[in-house]
Amino acid sequence: MSQMKNFTKGFIKENPVFVLLLGLCPTLGVTTSAFNGLGMGLATTFVLIGSNVVVSLIKNFIPDKVRIPAFIVIIASFVTIVELVMQAYVPALFEQLGLFIPLIVVNCIVLGRAEAFASKNTVGASAIDGLGMGLGFSFALTLLGGVRELLGSGAIFDFKFMEGDGMLLFILPPGAFIALGYLIAIINRMNKKNA
Amino acid sequence: MAAKTESTFINMVLTLFVVTAVAGLALGSVYNFTKEPIEIAKQKKLTKAITAVLPAFDSIEEKMVQEANGTESLAFYVATKDSLLIGTAVSTYTMKGFSGLIQLMVGFLPDGSIHNISVIEHKETPGLGTKMKDAKFKDQFIGKNPANFNLKVTKDKGEVDAITAATISSRAFSDAVQRAYDTFEKNKGGNE
Repeated sequence: MSQMKNFTKGFIKENPVFVLLLGLCPTLGVTTSAFNGLGMGLATTFVLIGSNVVVSLIKNFIPDKVRIPAFIVIIASFVTIVELVMQAYVPALFEQLGLFIPLIVVNCIVLGRAEAFASKNTVGASAIDGLGMGLGFSFALTLLGGVRELLGSGAIFDFKFMEGDGMLLFILPPGAFIALGYLIAIINRMNKKNA
Repeated sequence: MAAKTESTFINMVLTLFVVTAVAGLALGSVYNFTKEPIEIAKQKKLTKAITAVLPAFDSIEEKMVQEANGTESLAFYVATKDSLLIGTAVSTYTMKGFSGLIQLMVGFLPDGSIHNISVIEHKETPGLGTKMKDAKFKDQFIGKNPANFNLKVTKDKGEVDAITAATISSRAFSDAVQRAYDTFEKNKGGNE
């Protein structure tokens, strides 16, 4: 697989949210606005790149039977680093995402990529895979957050261009499922055409 | 490619030990590194909230005061200017928010009227309950004295205009202000 393909597969073809349907908990939970979606996506991207690189670096030293605990420790460390750094330097964003940051540890995308890709590939390819998957995840979260914010409060990235409230349903949890359902349908349709 | 380490007992123990030790070291150093900025960020937020809800002051004294109708303690920030009492900021809370805890900073003038209110922490629905931060809702409390201003939403026969589609958040907000006022009154502004 070429590196370019390796990088871009995370966006549409193997998009973690729309196609692989992984990590739906933060996806549905934080996407009440485009900004929250982007913040969560970028935090996950950082963890993905970090854990993918470290896992592929030490993959030969880890005995098979204890690989999962070792991976989890690595991932959890990166998540805690992200949490501390966000708390220190972007407290406003941390307040919004606070609850969901520790949940990145159990986000199946991160462990999934470590297990399925980083533990079998070179450091460079793993870093690119992490970046691609992370950006794909960010893209999905921002898109979903954008749609919900647009329909729910008539704004994008807090920039209001509509008076009053939108369809409030879309900022509430049921709106997340409805919007995600339609987005998945659209992406699947696009993938079918390309195939 | 080097051969994979075998899954013998000693290998497994060693690997896990090394992995956790390195992770522990890394976390320890990051913690040390971010400890100060986190503390500063928290302090800054608190100071900002106090400054926002009180008239200009030159010194502040912090004390913990037991809440009027409960067992918890609220933090009182008694502000003075030229040694004269000019107001008290009360850090109050409510558990009745749409998603639980809401924390407010309420600034009282010595006569018990509200100078201003600032939202410290909340988990309300973005776009609905978050509007309690907006001037349109918050400013109706400014200058009111809860002694003759019924801190209940109009739906509950009070005088607070609730946020559209966020009555629960508005009720919770009023509840937190009421708690601050009761405690403030009972302790005479924290002077006893």
